[in-house]
Amino acid sequence: MPKIKIDKVRCKGCYLCIVNCPNGLIKIANGLNIKGVKPAVFSGGKCTGCTMCAVICPECIIEVYR
Amino acid sequence: MKSRAKGKGKGKGKGKGKGHALTENNLIFAHPASLRDVENHYCAGCGHGIVHRLICEAVDEFGIREKTIGVAPVGCAVLAYDYWDFDVTEAAHGRTPAVATGIKRVRPDNIVFTYQGDGDLAAIGTAEIIHTANRGENITVIFVNNGVYGMTGGQMAPTTLAGQKTATTIYGRSLKRDGYPIKILEMLAVLPGAKYLERVAVNSAHEVLRAKRAIKNAFKMQIDNKGFSMVEVLSMCPTYWEMTSIQAAKRINDEVATFYPLGVIKSC
Repeated sequence: MPKIKIDKVRCKGCYLCIVNCPNGLIKIANGLNIKGVKPAVFSGGKCTGCTMCAVICPECIIEVYR
Repeated sequence: MKSRAKGKGKGKGKGKGKGHALTENNLIFAHPASLRDVENHYCAGCGHGIVHRLICEAVDEFGIREKTIGVAPVGCAVLAYDYWDFDVTEAAHGRTPAVATGIKRVRPDNIVFTYQGDGDLAAIGTAEIIHTANRGENITVIFVNNGVYGMTGGQMAPTTLAGQKTATTIYGRSLKRDGYPIKILEMLAVLPGAKYLERVAVNSAHEVLRAKRAIKNAFKMQIDNKGFSMVEVLSMCPTYWEMTSIQAAKRINDEVATFYPLGVIKSC
């Protein structure tokens, strides 16, 4: 099944990936990263590998595997 | 997307997800090779990071990394040379197209592009961009328009929309006092030297894919020696629009793109 990997340390918490995921599979983490923001995390589930989250990510920290 | 052979994902995901290993073989989206794998200095939700990546993807896909020369502006993107892994030079405020003209004339085989913000291109650099387009220089201009001066603290720019609140227009931009927002592309479209002008946005994944197509078209114009090409990218500035990144992305659809229409303005 396709998967994504988000670099939690470099995530600045804009959450554009969350609104751009067609299946709503990305969520806000509970804990803080070193910047003091709650990073976006992949919550698992039926990822189709459409790459929309990675395409919108301004930090270019999302890798998509299919 | 050409991916950097990093080996970063190798083996790390083994055992997770029903035996699906995260390896380079099934990596379908990662850093373009010419974008350095470092953290950028932009605010959360800023469109500059996306546009930087789109340029790198275009450069990689055309295979012109070794002969590309970028010209970085003054503004938020002043440190762009830290992120692009090809030759980049810096120019005085607004004089980016003039520097690019010089480089292109001396080295016509190189692919030269400028990267400018709206304070750089539409305010202090208006004369340079108009005359560069009018001369029909064979360069590519990437114009990132977010409607405020981001680097200096969110003051009004020439492209600020009517009624928009900024640090210097605290009651909203008044057309009577401050004049009208400038539509640079429509202004350049009347010049015969300008060959390809397109306006795109980066507020959603769908628009980013369109923006990438436009940037690739603009580079293709230069590679084919067809003349001056320019892409205006409507970008978000959540910090100085004083809203969240998601609200800023929505504002581009609701307000900015209604004044600055998206699409190809001129192509010949």
